[in-house]
Amino acid sequence: MNAPSVDYTAVAPMLAVFVAALVAVLVEAFAPRAQRFIIQVFLATVSIATALIFVVYLATQDTSKTTAGGAVVIDGPALFLQGTILVLALMAVLTMADEASPESSAFTAQASAVPGSVDEARASRLGLVQTEIYPLILFSLVGMLLFPASNDLLTMFIALEVLSLPLYLLCGMARRRRLLSQEASLKYFLLGAFSSAFFLFGAALLYGFAGSVRLSAIAAAIADGGGTTAASAVVGKDGLLLMGIGLLAVGLLFKVGAVPFQSWTPDVYQGAPTPVTGFMAACTKVAAFGALLRIAYVAIPGVRWDWQPVIWVIAALTMLVGSIIAIVQADVKRMLAYSSIAHAGFILVGLLAMDRAGIGAVLFYLAAYGFTTIGAFALVTMVRTSTPDGGVGGEATHLSQWQGLGKRSPWLAAIFTLFLLAFAGIPLTSGFTSKFAVFSAAADQAPWGPGLVVVGVAASAIAVFFYIRVIVLMYFNDSVGDAVTVTRPGALTTLAVGVGVVATIGLGILPSAALGLANSSSVFLP
Amino acid sequence: MNPYVPILALMAIGGGFAVFSVAAGAFTGPKRYNRAKLEAYECGIEPTPPAAGGGRFPIKYYLVAMLFIVFDIESVFLLPFAVAFDSLGVFALVEMVLFVITVFIAYAYVWRRGGLEWD
Repeated sequence: MNAPSVDYTAVAPMLAVFVAALVAVLVEAFAPRAQRFIIQVFLATVSIATALIFVVYLATQDTSKTTAGGAVVIDGPALFLQGTILVLALMAVLTMADEASPESSAFTAQASAVPGSVDEARASRLGLVQTEIYPLILFSLVGMLLFPASNDLLTMFIALEVLSLPLYLLCGMARRRRLLSQEASLKYFLLGAFSSAFFLFGAALLYGFAGSVRLSAIAAAIADGGGTTAASAVVGKDGLLLMGIGLLAVGLLFKVGAVPFQSWTPDVYQGAPTPVTGFMAACTKVAAFGALLRIAYVAIPGVRWDWQPVIWVIAALTMLVGSIIAIVQADVKRMLAYSSIAHAGFILVGLLAMDRAGIGAVLFYLAAYGFTTIGAFALVTMVRTSTPDGGVGGEATHLSQWQGLGKRSPWLAAIFTLFLLAFAGIPLTSGFTSKFAVFSAAADQAPWGPGLVVVGVAASAIAVFFYIRVIVLMYFNDSVGDAVTVTRPGALTTLAVGVGVVATIGLGILPSAALGLANSSSVFLP
Repeated sequence: MNPYVPILALMAIGGGFAVFSVAAGAFTGPKRYNRAKLEAYECGIEPTPPAAGGGRFPIKYYLVAMLFIVFDIESVFLLPFAVAFDSLGVFALVEMVLFVITVFIAYAYVWRRGGLEWD
């Protein structure tokens, strides 16, 4: 028996974040309470930046390889997605770290205290600052980095769990509206546990079919059947293959929030602390689509005629349901949640193309969408209710509270308008470029692609309605008076929003460099 | 045969069984309720009224269970490692030491945050 060799350079980005997460746990255990916050923020930002440097270095090396006994694969899509996740996570950590004063923080002082209890009031009075979110974010990030880079189903499952478990906890840590936050956490945990079980069951069935959990071995077992349809694959084992793919797809489509597995999204996005919502909406989606891409393109391209019609229907439904239900939402976080469901549908359209243009389009879409999303949720944290004594209350997320913001806070309204236009896919924003890329790839290559593109364009048109409605509310309606204040953002949030603005405009006006990078990164190592 | 036929058949049997079981229970079962029948069946303590101390449930057992899992998983990995130690060499020893260190980080966290104190 030989020990597997590990190429430490190839896995250095993940190791950097993982080591920082372990050190962060020790900081929680041993560092004095007063210094934890600054140490944690320093650790998180430095480790993410270090990992980013490793990713860039690996990308310049231009060598795709599998390592750790074949469990991890570092290739173009993996590196592109890891880089995207790291940049987005850095932005998310900046928005979390900004609100250092306990009163304006998005996080509860003591997550274990019962809402409304004496314990909670005491923790709040002592001015405790929640610092355990940083190790949790870092652990979650390790899972996200591994998820699109895993080369077998078991590694993918481990990554899925490492990604999900800290997120379940983070959802329950909102400072205000604690019951809603804990409800979100519980719902996400229960449904997430179900979806993980589906994924694991699917992996077991695929192991039964192929005799291996390695993605390339599953592809080889399908090819051994001699044809490209399931009917001619290995005799007597087709049911295992099809059911395995189906169950695997349930687990992954749950994580990206596709219809009919989208019901958790609005509740969880609304209840979770807003910086965490931004982190989830952007980074989880990037990681989960990375894994979905890898399975679709590496493991099961041989039976594509069996699963493409199903994904076709799911993509169409996801776009339509997300766009239509968003119209009736009265809460800005729920509206953004349904918008993220619709975007999951648009990204699934690109997935169906099954060629390099499709992969490149999906990679580009994920990056563009992530930047805009984190920026938008960072802005949501700034619009607050006023307390009777003139202080800053919780977030004012009801759309009626956003009326007239254009006059009171022109900058915030202008930037939020930009993000909404990007979500809607208006030209000269990143949203237009990315939608154009996925639709053109799908129209050329996907089965019944033009039909899907028609559905997509219709869904986009519906979506424009509710994005424009918010813009109209902000600019053309009268202000609600002093009930709402807009807090002055700290330097860190300003930086994160600034990166979002630059990326949203830059990827819209000059997309060629990023599109070129996405397209040149679009080769999976089988 | 089309491979989707057995899958559809299995789904039909599964759905049919679920519907049949619920329906059969509802139609044929006698409905004689008494106090014991309305209690939660072997599901731990009564959820209402809330326990003393503001409804805060003791989580001591949960911590013990979590710690058990930490050490359980450690031994799951240590045993095969010990069996194959001779052939694996220094590399595996270093990896295993790193693994044990990560487990002890979790343990140190629990210890420092007071998870080992029963009261």
